[in-house]
Order: sequence, then structure tokens, then C-alpha cells
Amino acid sequence: MGQNTTAGAPARLHIDWTRCDGRGLCIELLPELLERDEWGYPAARSRSARSDIPIPPELIGAARDATALCPLLALTLSPAEELTP
Amino acid sequence: MTLEMPAPTGARPVTVARLLAAGPEADLARHLACFGELNTTDRAAGLATQLEASGLTGRGGAGFAAWRKLAATAESRRALAGRPVVIANGAEGEPLSNKDLILLTHAPHLVLDGLLATAAAVRATTMYVYASQPGLSHIRAAAATRPDAARIRFLEAPEAFITGQATAVVNAIENGLAVPRDHTGHLTERGLKKRPTLLHNVETLAHIALIARYGAEWFRAAGTPDDPGTRLVTLSGDVPQPQVLEVAGGAPLTDILRAAGTDPARLRAVLVGGYHGTWVTQDQLDAPLSPAGLANLGGHPGAGILHALDRTRCGITATADILDYLAGQSARQCGPCRFGLPALAEAWRGMASGSGQHTPAIRLADSVDGRGACAHPDGTARLSRSALRAFADDIRQHAHGNCLRTSR
Repeated sequence: MGQNTTAGAPARLHIDWTRCDGRGLCIELLPELLERDEWGYPAARSRSARSDIPIPPELIGAARDATALCPLLALTLSPAEELTP
Repeated sequence: MTLEMPAPTGARPVTVARLLAAGPEADLARHLACFGELNTTDRAAGLATQLEASGLTGRGGAGFAAWRKLAATAESRRALAGRPVVIANGAEGEPLSNKDLILLTHAPHLVLDGLLATAAAVRATTMYVYASQPGLSHIRAAAATRPDAARIRFLEAPEAFITGQATAVVNAIENGLAVPRDHTGHLTERGLKKRPTLLHNVETLAHIALIARYGAEWFRAAGTPDDPGTRLVTLSGDVPQPQVLEVAGGAPLTDILRAAGTDPARLRAVLVGGYHGTWVTQDQLDAPLSPAGLANLGGHPGAGILHALDRTRCGITATADILDYLAGQSARQCGPCRFGLPALAEAWRGMASGSGQHTPAIRLADSVDGRGACAHPDGTARLSRSALRAFADDIRQHAHGNCLRTSR
């Protein structure tokens, strides 16, 4: 759980595919991690954990913005969002 | 308490009569005469230990260690996450599976015993049986004949492929919507109404009922060290008669096929694990039907499904038909599944007709994999990949306008 996560450990960005409608804001905010698939939905560039994408510390700010700006509230950032100032 | 293990009655060495030992449509009297009484309260404290020693894995498809889920649920209860819920899952949406119906028809009391024993072990206050018809009616009628089952609730699973996916079961009970829902943690931590939820396939619970009676050592007397016990297997396709057999764990696919009256040499391939499963080609049929035995073929026993394809039939057409079905069974909630599965089915339709290449199927399986609220896209991608491996020769021939097979 979040309390046990050490500072600087990667956060995870969870995509709720039942909410996602492919608006694409997250793709523009996190181009290092996400690309657009052929139907417009965000696709993790990494091959594993594609619904729970590991976020390196330097991208936590952008991931937080993506989470806040998603018009369909399809993103959840966990657990490091509570730990990063 | 003196309990004896039921005498094996299977005529063929590969088959074992355990779950179905009480005979056809066993009522409570015949169930008790065959298996003996089970005091679920007495056995509750030791059940997790017995399950761990038994090596029982889930028989619904995922194959998770049964004791781990029980232990995780008990841990959540101790962490004050709420009073646990136990659910018996008999939603058999997979068209190639018939074993849950056979079990609910002939051994409903074993499933009820397993549900009651599991609930006692995790101190659950709520119990459900969620199953497709007509199996639900059978177990409901069986429960009506015994007072200890009075608190179990029953709910019908609609006829659709994905209604048995774990979060769809919880969603159906909680909201009346039998479609998967988004989840981040395990159901054992946060499931039905956010309570710790232990969901087991009905066959898993029936095995638990026997392990609670006779112990782990008895369970391990059948099967192999890395795949102990027995499993129910549904055979279909190019077999003399579609049927459900109870077989020893780790039995080679060839032995199971022969027990069902099929000559493995006549076959092109066998689809192992159902529509989300893996094509195993004729030269690989010596492999055991066990997680370890199928791992290097990219397969898994799943819910114990063997679907035989005769050597005269075309694996590409067979796969294209299944992909059409799977695309139609998308709940259409998640974009990659909603759009990707029909595209993948279309790619296979193109290969079947000889007008399409295999490269779109590679790309589309990679695209949908791991990108949904449930495992439907992942399972569909697995089937597509395995078919590309198993039928590579046919695919090359199709691309030149030839089919190596004489019939569809």
C-alpha cells in the first residue's frame, strides 16, 4: 500500500478502459510513455503492465496533470501521488 | 470420524471417479452414503493448511492456488476490511465447457459442502451461488433439502461468454450488470460492496469439500506431484461423443483423447483451454494437461477444455470462426476490445479466404493485449498467436490460394 512505498519509487497510472473514450489529453501530456493506437486510445509504449503503467519520478507531475485533466476521469495515479510534495 | 475414500470406479486408468462418485443426480442421502458427513465448523480452522498441502488450484480457468485466495480473504477480514463474502461461480459462458453443468447436475451437494466449508473457514456471513441455467436450478433444489444451506443466495448468470469473469460476477450480484468492471486491487481485499470476496469456481469448491473430509494426502493420491488431484475435462469437436471426464492431474492429452474414444493420430490439433486457449498440434499431444506440461507450448489447462480438430479440417477457418464469436462477445465497454477484436476477426477471415496476410493479426493481437477491464482481449490475443504458430504451414498455403485440408 501507499504508506509502505519509499519516496522516489515509481508511481503507477491506472487506465479505466470502461471510462476511456480516447480524448487523447494524456497522450499529449505523457508522450514519453503513451502513444495513440489506431482507434485513438492511449497505448503504453512498454509491452507490460499496459493498464497500470509505471511512472518514473520525473514524469509524476505530468501524470498528475493527465489524471486531473482527463475529461472522463479514466485515470488514477497511485500510490506515489500522496508521497510526492 | 471414520471416513473412507470412495472406491475408484473408472474403467480406464486415466479416468478417476471422485467428484462424480455418488452417481447420477445424487440426492442428499446418496451424497452422504458415498462421501460421509462433513462438519464444516470442525474443519474450518485447518482448512487453509490442508488446501496448501493439497496443491489444489482453481478450476475456473486462471488456475490460481486455492489456499492463497482463502488466506488473502482471511487476512482482509483480520485487517477489518469487512465481513467476507464467498461466491460459488458456475457461470459457464464458454461454449466449449460443460463440466460445471455436469457437476451441478450430479454433485450439487459437494459444491454446497465446499461453499459452506470455505465460508466457515473465512467466517463469511454471506454466500452466493452464481450459475448459468439449468445448473442453477439443480443446485438450488439440492440446497432446499438441507437446513445448513438455508442462508445461501442464488443468482442466475446470463448466457454470455464473459459473465463468469470475476469482476462481472461481483458486478452482477451488486448491480445486476453481468459485465466486467474496472478494478485495481484483488477481490479478496475489496470485492462485493467493498467487502473481502472469495470467488471460486464450483469445481474448485467440490474439490475443497473432499479435501475438508479426507485431507491433502488423499487428494494427492491422484495426479502428479506438480498437478495433484483430478480435474473435470470437457471434450468436444471431432470426437465420437462430446463428454465430460474426470481425469487424473498431469494426464497426457493423448491418454485423455483415447479415453474419450479418439485416436490422436487422426487429429490435426487440439484446442486446449477453450476459446481463450491454445492450439496444440498433433506432434505435441504427448504433453500433460497440467500448467507445467503446457507452459512451454504457451498453454494452460484453463477450465479443462479439449476441442479436437480432425486432420482433414482447416485450422485457419476454425480459428476465424472462433474469433468472430469472441469479437461478438465483447461487452463493448473498452475501446481496444470493442474495435480491436472485430479487426482481429476480420484479419483471420482474410487469411481463411486467402485474400489477407498474417501480419495484421500479429499487430492487432499485440495492440489489444492487456488493454481492458477483463482478460477477454488478452485471451483472444492468446488464441490468435497460438493459431499463427500451430497453423503456419496452412497460412502460407492459403496465401497462395491453396488449402491443405479437404473439409472445413
